[in-house]
Amino acid sequence: MTLFERLAEALHADRPVALVTRIDGPQAGAKLLVFDDDVSGDLGTPGLNVAGAGEARALLAVGETATRSFGEDGEPVGVEVRLFIAAYAPKPVMYVFGAIDFSRAMARIGKYLGYQVTVIDARPVFATKQRIPDADEIVVAWPDEFLAKAPVDTRTALIVLTHDVKFDIPLLRVALRTEAGYIGAMGSRRTHANRIEELRAHGVGDDDLARISAPIGLDIGARTPEETAISIAAEIIALREARRGGRLSEGTLPVHNARTPASLP
Amino acid sequence: MIDVLDTIERWRAEGQRVAVATVVGVENSAPRDPGAVLAVSERGAVAGSVSGGCVESAVYEEAQDAIATGRPRLVSYGISDADAISVGLTCGGTIHVFVERLDW
Repeated sequence: MTLFERLAEALHADRPVALVTRIDGPQAGAKLLVFDDDVSGDLGTPGLNVAGAGEARALLAVGETATRSFGEDGEPVGVEVRLFIAAYAPKPVMYVFGAIDFSRAMARIGKYLGYQVTVIDARPVFATKQRIPDADEIVVAWPDEFLAKAPVDTRTALIVLTHDVKFDIPLLRVALRTEAGYIGAMGSRRTHANRIEELRAHGVGDDDLARISAPIGLDIGARTPEETAISIAAEIIALREARRGGRLSEGTLPVHNARTPASLP
Repeated sequence: MIDVLDTIERWRAEGQRVAVATVVGVENSAPRDPGAVLAVSERGAVAGSVSGGCVESAVYEEAQDAIATGRPRLVSYGISDADAISVGLTCGGTIHVFVERLDW
Protein backbone atom coordinates (compact mmCIF):
# COMPACT_ATOMS: atom_id res chain seq x y z
CA MET A 1 0.00 0.00 0.00
CA THR A 2 1.38 3.44 -0.92
CA LEU A 3 1.43 6.36 1.51
CA PHE A 4 -1.29 8.03 -0.53
CA GLU A 5 -3.51 4.95 -0.30
CA ARG A 6 -3.03 4.83 3.45
CA LEU A 7 -3.79 8.53 3.72
CA ALA A 8 -6.92 8.17 1.57
CA GLU A 9 -8.12 5.23 3.63
CA ALA A 10 -7.75 7.22 6.87
CA LEU A 11 -9.49 10.29 5.42
CA HIS A 12 -12.44 8.20 4.22
CA ALA A 13 -12.72 6.64 7.67
CA ASP A 14 -12.45 10.09 9.38
CA ARG A 15 -9.45 8.75 11.31
CA PRO A 16 -6.99 11.38 12.58
CA VAL A 17 -3.88 11.50 10.39
CA ALA A 18 -1.16 14.00 9.52
CA LEU A 19 0.95 14.15 6.38
CA VAL A 20 4.40 15.69 6.83
CA THR A 21 6.27 16.91 3.73
CA ARG A 22 9.77 18.37 3.34
CA ILE A 23 9.21 21.43 1.22
CA ASP A 24 12.70 22.60 0.30
CA GLY A 25 16.22 21.34 -0.39
CA PRO A 26 17.32 18.34 -2.43
CA GLN A 27 15.05 16.03 -0.45
CA ALA A 28 11.94 18.14 -1.04
CA GLY A 29 8.88 15.93 -1.28
CA ALA A 30 10.08 13.39 1.32
CA LYS A 31 7.13 12.32 3.42
CA LEU A 32 6.02 10.94 6.75
CA LEU A 33 2.47 9.78 7.44
CA VAL A 34 1.64 10.06 11.14
CA PHE A 35 -1.14 8.33 13.07
CA ASP A 36 -1.74 8.37 16.82
CA ASP A 37 -0.04 5.00 17.15
CA ASP A 38 1.84 4.50 13.91
CA VAL A 39 4.23 6.19 11.48
CA SER A 40 5.30 5.39 7.93
CA GLY A 41 7.55 7.04 5.39
CA ASP A 42 10.90 8.80 5.82
CA LEU A 43 11.88 12.48 5.99
CA GLY A 44 15.59 11.78 5.56
CA THR A 45 17.05 11.30 9.04
CA PRO A 46 15.85 9.43 12.14
CA GLY A 47 15.87 12.62 14.23
CA LEU A 48 13.76 14.43 11.67
CA ASN A 49 11.25 11.58 11.66
CA VAL A 50 10.93 11.74 15.45
CA ALA A 51 10.62 15.55 15.48
CA GLY A 52 8.18 15.58 12.56
CA ALA A 53 5.97 12.92 14.13
CA GLY A 54 5.93 14.75 17.47
CA GLU A 55 5.00 18.06 15.91
CA ALA A 56 2.38 16.36 13.72
CA ARG A 57 0.67 14.82 16.75
CA ALA A 58 0.66 18.15 18.57
CA LEU A 59 -0.99 19.82 15.57
CA LEU A 60 -3.48 16.95 15.21
CA ALA A 61 -4.62 17.55 18.78
CA VAL A 62 -5.69 21.09 17.92
CA GLY A 63 -6.70 20.44 14.31
CA GLU A 64 -4.15 22.87 12.87
CA THR A 65 -2.06 22.74 9.71
CA ALA A 66 1.31 24.54 9.74
CA THR A 67 4.90 24.77 8.55
CA ARG A 68 7.69 24.13 11.08
CA SER A 69 11.47 24.52 10.84
CA PHE A 70 14.06 22.09 12.22
CA GLY A 71 17.75 21.33 12.07
CA GLU A 72 19.11 18.73 9.63
CA ASP A 73 18.48 15.92 12.16
CA GLY A 74 15.32 17.37 13.71
CA GLU A 75 16.98 19.75 16.18
CA PRO A 76 14.20 22.04 17.41
CA VAL A 77 16.28 25.21 17.14
CA GLY A 78 17.43 24.60 13.58
CA VAL A 79 16.16 26.27 10.42
CA GLU A 80 17.73 24.03 7.76
CA VAL A 81 14.67 21.92 7.06
CA ARG A 82 11.12 23.15 6.65
CA LEU A 83 8.33 20.65 7.11
CA PHE A 84 4.76 21.26 6.01
CA ILE A 85 2.41 19.39 8.31
CA ALA A 86 -1.16 18.87 7.09
CA ALA A 87 -3.18 17.67 10.07
CA TYR A 88 -6.47 16.02 9.26
CA ALA A 89 -8.30 16.03 12.58
CA PRO A 90 -11.77 14.55 12.95
CA LYS A 91 -14.57 16.96 12.15
CA PRO A 92 -15.56 19.39 14.90
CA VAL A 93 -18.80 18.49 16.62
CA MET A 94 -22.04 20.46 16.73
CA TYR A 95 -24.73 19.49 19.22
CA VAL A 96 -28.18 20.91 18.49
CA PHE A 97 -30.56 20.66 21.43
CA GLY A 98 -34.25 20.57 20.57
CA ALA A 99 -35.77 18.97 17.47
CA ILE A 100 -37.71 21.88 16.01
CA ASP A 101 -37.91 23.47 12.54
CA PHE A 102 -34.90 25.61 13.37
CA SER A 103 -32.92 22.46 14.19
CA ARG A 104 -33.52 21.06 10.71
CA ALA A 105 -32.01 24.20 9.16
CA MET A 106 -29.23 24.29 11.77
CA ALA A 107 -28.27 20.65 11.12
CA ARG A 108 -28.11 21.39 7.43
CA ILE A 109 -25.83 24.41 7.70
CA GLY A 110 -23.74 22.64 10.36
CA LYS A 111 -23.02 19.84 7.90
CA TYR A 112 -22.28 22.42 5.21
CA LEU A 113 -19.65 24.01 7.47
CA GLY A 114 -18.00 20.65 8.08
CA TYR A 115 -19.41 19.76 11.49
CA GLN A 116 -20.42 16.32 12.68
CA VAL A 117 -23.98 17.17 13.74
CA THR A 118 -25.97 15.49 16.50
CA VAL A 119 -29.51 16.58 17.39
CA ILE A 120 -30.78 15.82 20.88
CA ASP A 121 -34.38 15.93 22.10
CA ALA A 122 -36.13 14.16 24.95
CA ARG A 123 -39.29 13.63 22.88
CA PRO A 124 -39.13 10.54 20.64
CA VAL A 125 -41.99 11.83 18.47
CA PHE A 126 -39.95 14.86 17.42
CA ALA A 127 -36.46 13.43 17.39
CA THR A 128 -36.73 11.61 14.07
CA LYS A 129 -34.61 11.33 10.93
CA GLN A 130 -37.67 12.31 8.85
CA ARG A 131 -37.88 15.67 10.59
CA ILE A 132 -34.14 16.35 10.56
CA PRO A 133 -32.72 14.49 7.58
CA ASP A 134 -29.29 16.19 7.56
CA ALA A 135 -28.25 15.29 11.12
CA ASP A 136 -25.51 12.65 11.36
CA GLU A 137 -27.14 11.37 14.49
CA ILE A 138 -30.39 11.93 16.37
CA VAL A 139 -30.48 11.06 20.04
CA VAL A 140 -33.53 10.77 22.28
CA ALA A 141 -32.28 11.91 25.68
CA TRP A 142 -32.57 14.65 28.26
CA PRO A 143 -30.28 17.40 26.93
CA ASP A 144 -28.34 17.99 30.16
CA GLU A 145 -27.83 14.27 30.79
CA PHE A 146 -26.65 13.79 27.22
CA LEU A 147 -24.19 16.67 27.35
CA ALA A 148 -22.75 15.62 30.70
CA LYS A 149 -21.41 12.46 29.01
CA ALA A 150 -20.73 13.76 25.50
CA PRO A 151 -17.21 14.53 24.22
CA VAL A 152 -16.65 18.31 23.97
CA ASP A 153 -13.54 20.27 22.97
CA THR A 154 -12.73 23.88 22.13
CA ARG A 155 -13.98 23.43 18.56
CA THR A 156 -17.40 22.16 19.70
CA ALA A 157 -20.52 24.25 19.04
CA LEU A 158 -23.49 23.89 21.41
CA ILE A 159 -26.74 25.20 19.96
CA VAL A 160 -29.54 25.37 22.52
CA LEU A 161 -32.85 25.63 20.67
CA THR A 162 -35.04 24.09 23.37
CA HIS A 163 -36.04 27.58 24.65
CA ASP A 164 -37.92 26.16 27.58
CA VAL A 165 -36.58 27.03 31.02
CA LYS A 166 -36.98 23.51 32.35
CA PHE A 167 -34.58 22.18 29.68
CA ASP A 168 -32.44 25.29 29.20
CA ILE A 169 -31.24 25.90 32.73
CA PRO A 170 -29.88 22.42 33.54
CA LEU A 171 -28.42 22.22 30.04
CA LEU A 172 -26.67 25.60 30.18
CA ARG A 173 -25.25 24.77 33.58
CA VAL A 174 -23.62 21.64 32.11
CA ALA A 175 -22.58 23.55 28.96
CA LEU A 176 -20.71 26.17 30.99
CA ARG A 177 -18.64 23.44 32.63
CA THR A 178 -17.31 22.37 29.20
CA GLU A 179 -14.64 24.11 27.10
CA ALA A 180 -17.02 24.42 24.11
CA GLY A 181 -15.96 27.24 21.77
CA TYR A 182 -19.54 28.31 21.11
CA ILE A 183 -22.58 28.20 23.38
CA GLY A 184 -25.69 29.79 21.89
CA ALA A 185 -29.20 29.81 23.31
CA MET A 186 -32.33 30.72 21.38
CA GLY A 187 -34.98 32.98 22.87
CA SER A 188 -36.03 36.58 23.20
CA ARG A 189 -34.18 39.16 25.28
CA ARG A 190 -36.83 38.69 27.97
CA THR A 191 -36.41 34.91 27.92
CA HIS A 192 -32.69 35.31 28.30
CA ALA A 193 -33.06 37.84 31.13
CA ASN A 194 -35.10 35.17 32.95
CA ARG A 195 -32.44 32.57 32.20
CA ILE A 196 -29.72 34.82 33.56
CA GLU A 197 -31.67 35.33 36.74
CA GLU A 198 -32.14 31.57 37.18
CA LEU A 199 -28.51 30.81 36.40
CA ARG A 200 -27.30 33.44 38.85
CA ALA A 201 -29.52 31.85 41.48
CA HIS A 202 -27.57 28.63 40.82
CA GLY A 203 -24.33 30.48 41.47
CA VAL A 204 -23.25 31.02 37.86
CA GLY A 205 -20.91 34.04 37.65
CA ASP A 206 -20.66 36.87 35.12
CA ASP A 207 -17.71 35.42 33.21
CA ASP A 208 -19.63 32.24 32.56
CA LEU A 209 -22.84 34.08 31.67
CA ALA A 210 -20.87 36.10 29.10
CA ARG A 211 -19.98 32.86 27.30
CA ILE A 212 -23.63 32.37 26.32
CA SER A 213 -24.58 33.89 22.97
CA ALA A 214 -28.19 34.94 23.56
CA PRO A 215 -30.29 36.08 21.87
CA ILE A 216 -28.56 33.70 19.48
CA GLY A 217 -26.96 34.74 16.18
CA LEU A 218 -25.72 37.84 14.39
CA ASP A 219 -28.01 40.83 14.00
CA ILE A 220 -29.11 40.35 10.38
CA GLY A 221 -32.85 40.46 10.95
CA ALA A 222 -33.25 36.72 10.33
CA ARG A 223 -36.86 35.46 10.36
CA THR A 224 -37.14 31.98 8.87
CA PRO A 225 -35.41 28.87 10.27
CA GLU A 226 -32.98 29.00 7.33
CA GLU A 227 -32.15 32.67 7.86
CA THR A 228 -31.76 32.10 11.58
CA ALA A 229 -29.41 29.17 10.95
CA ILE A 230 -27.27 31.42 8.74
CA SER A 231 -27.16 34.08 11.44
CA ILE A 232 -26.08 31.49 14.03
CA ALA A 233 -23.50 29.97 11.70
CA ALA A 234 -22.06 33.42 11.00
CA GLU A 235 -21.85 34.12 14.73
CA ILE A 236 -19.96 30.85 15.29
CA ILE A 237 -17.39 31.85 12.66
CA ALA A 238 -17.13 35.43 13.92
CA LEU A 239 -16.51 34.31 17.52
CA ARG A 240 -13.88 31.80 16.42
CA GLU A 241 -12.06 34.54 14.53
CA ALA A 242 -12.66 37.14 17.27
CA ARG A 243 -14.60 39.35 14.86
CA ARG A 244 -17.65 41.48 15.58
CA GLY A 245 -19.69 40.55 12.50
CA GLY A 246 -21.11 43.41 10.45
CA ARG A 247 -20.37 44.69 7.00
CA LEU A 248 -16.85 44.47 5.57
CA SER A 249 -17.65 47.53 3.48
CA GLU A 250 -17.96 49.52 6.69
CA GLY A 251 -14.82 48.14 8.33
CA THR A 252 -11.10 48.70 8.07
CA LEU A 253 -9.61 45.38 9.29
CA PRO A 254 -8.04 42.96 6.79
CA VAL A 255 -10.69 40.68 5.29
CA HIS A 256 -8.98 37.54 6.63
CA ASN A 257 -7.16 37.23 9.95
CA ALA A 258 -3.44 36.59 9.54
CA ARG A 259 -2.47 32.97 10.14
CA THR A 260 0.93 33.69 11.61
CA PRO A 261 1.76 30.19 12.87
CA ALA A 262 1.49 28.83 9.36
CA SER A 263 3.33 31.60 7.58
CA LEU A 264 6.69 30.98 6.03
CA PRO A 265 9.54 33.29 6.96
CA MET B 1 -7.06 17.39 0.31
CA ILE B 2 -10.35 15.89 1.45
CA ASP B 3 -12.39 17.84 -1.10
CA VAL B 4 -10.33 16.52 -4.03
CA LEU B 5 -9.65 13.02 -2.69
CA ASP B 6 -12.33 11.20 -4.69
CA THR B 7 -11.23 12.91 -7.90
CA ILE B 8 -7.55 12.04 -7.36
CA GLU B 9 -8.46 8.44 -6.63
CA ARG B 10 -10.49 8.26 -9.83
CA TRP B 11 -7.62 9.66 -11.92
CA ARG B 12 -5.21 7.18 -10.39
CA ALA B 13 -7.63 4.32 -11.00
CA GLU B 14 -7.67 5.39 -14.65
CA GLY B 15 -3.89 5.06 -14.70
CA GLN B 16 -3.29 8.82 -14.97
CA ARG B 17 -0.37 10.53 -13.29
CA VAL B 18 -1.37 13.33 -10.93
CA ALA B 19 0.25 16.48 -9.53
CA VAL B 20 -0.79 18.05 -6.27
CA ALA B 21 -0.27 21.73 -5.39
CA THR B 22 -0.69 22.53 -1.69
CA VAL B 23 -0.83 25.91 0.03
CA VAL B 24 1.94 25.57 2.65
CA GLY B 25 2.05 29.15 3.90
CA VAL B 26 0.20 32.44 3.65
CA GLU B 27 1.19 35.94 4.66
CA ASN B 28 -1.28 38.69 5.39
CA SER B 29 -4.67 38.26 3.82
CA ALA B 30 -5.20 35.20 1.63
CA PRO B 31 -8.35 33.49 0.47
CA ARG B 32 -7.35 29.89 1.18
CA ASP B 33 -5.67 28.54 4.29
CA PRO B 34 -2.59 26.27 4.41
CA GLY B 35 -3.62 22.78 3.39
CA ALA B 36 -5.80 23.88 0.47
CA VAL B 37 -5.06 21.68 -2.54
CA LEU B 38 -5.30 21.99 -6.30
CA ALA B 39 -4.86 18.70 -8.14
CA VAL B 40 -4.09 18.30 -11.84
CA SER B 41 -4.33 15.13 -13.92
CA GLU B 42 -2.01 14.03 -16.69
CA ARG B 43 -4.76 14.81 -19.21
CA GLY B 44 -5.08 18.34 -17.85
CA ALA B 45 -8.18 18.13 -15.69
CA VAL B 46 -8.27 20.22 -12.50
CA ALA B 47 -9.87 19.77 -9.08
CA GLY B 48 -9.81 22.06 -6.04
CA SER B 49 -8.13 25.45 -5.67
CA VAL B 50 -5.28 27.23 -3.90
CA SER B 51 -6.59 30.80 -4.08
CA GLY B 52 -9.64 32.76 -5.04
CA GLY B 53 -8.78 31.94 -8.63
CA CYS B 54 -6.00 34.47 -9.12
CA VAL B 55 -2.95 32.18 -9.25
CA GLU B 56 -4.64 28.98 -10.41
CA SER B 57 -3.40 29.19 -14.01
CA ALA B 58 0.22 29.77 -12.93
CA VAL B 59 0.02 26.86 -10.48
CA TYR B 60 -1.55 24.73 -13.20
CA GLU B 61 1.53 25.28 -15.39
CA GLU B 62 3.83 24.28 -12.53
CA ALA B 63 1.73 21.19 -11.90
CA GLN B 64 1.86 20.13 -15.55
CA ASP B 65 5.63 20.53 -15.47
CA ALA B 66 5.87 18.51 -12.24
CA ILE B 67 3.91 15.69 -13.87
CA ALA B 68 6.27 15.70 -16.84
CA THR B 69 9.57 16.02 -14.94
CA GLY B 70 8.76 14.57 -11.50
CA ARG B 71 10.58 17.57 -10.01
CA PRO B 72 8.87 19.05 -6.90
CA ARG B 73 9.06 22.80 -6.32
CA LEU B 74 8.08 25.51 -3.87
CA VAL B 75 6.58 28.56 -5.58
CA SER B 76 5.44 31.86 -4.09
CA TYR B 77 2.99 34.44 -5.32
CA GLY B 78 2.50 37.83 -3.79
CA ILE B 79 2.54 41.55 -4.17
CA SER B 80 6.25 41.82 -3.37
CA ASP B 81 7.09 39.62 -6.32
CA ALA B 82 7.13 40.95 -9.91
CA ASP B 83 5.96 37.56 -11.10
CA ALA B 84 2.99 37.76 -8.80
CA ILE B 85 1.89 41.11 -10.14
CA SER B 86 1.62 39.49 -13.53
CA VAL B 87 -0.57 36.69 -12.15
CA GLY B 88 -2.43 39.20 -9.99
CA LEU B 89 -3.13 38.08 -6.45
CA THR B 90 -6.16 40.32 -6.02
CA CYS B 91 -6.34 39.83 -2.27
CA GLY B 92 -2.94 41.48 -1.73
CA GLY B 93 -1.36 38.70 0.31
CA THR B 94 1.42 36.23 -0.40
CA ILE B 95 0.95 32.49 -0.75
CA HIS B 96 3.52 29.72 -0.85
CA VAL B 97 2.56 26.62 -2.80
CA PHE B 98 4.36 23.28 -2.86
CA VAL B 99 3.86 21.47 -6.17
CA GLU B 100 4.74 17.79 -6.58
CA ARG B 101 3.92 14.76 -8.64
CA LEU B 102 1.87 12.32 -6.62
CA ASP B 103 4.23 9.37 -6.84
CA TRP B 104 4.18 8.47 -3.18
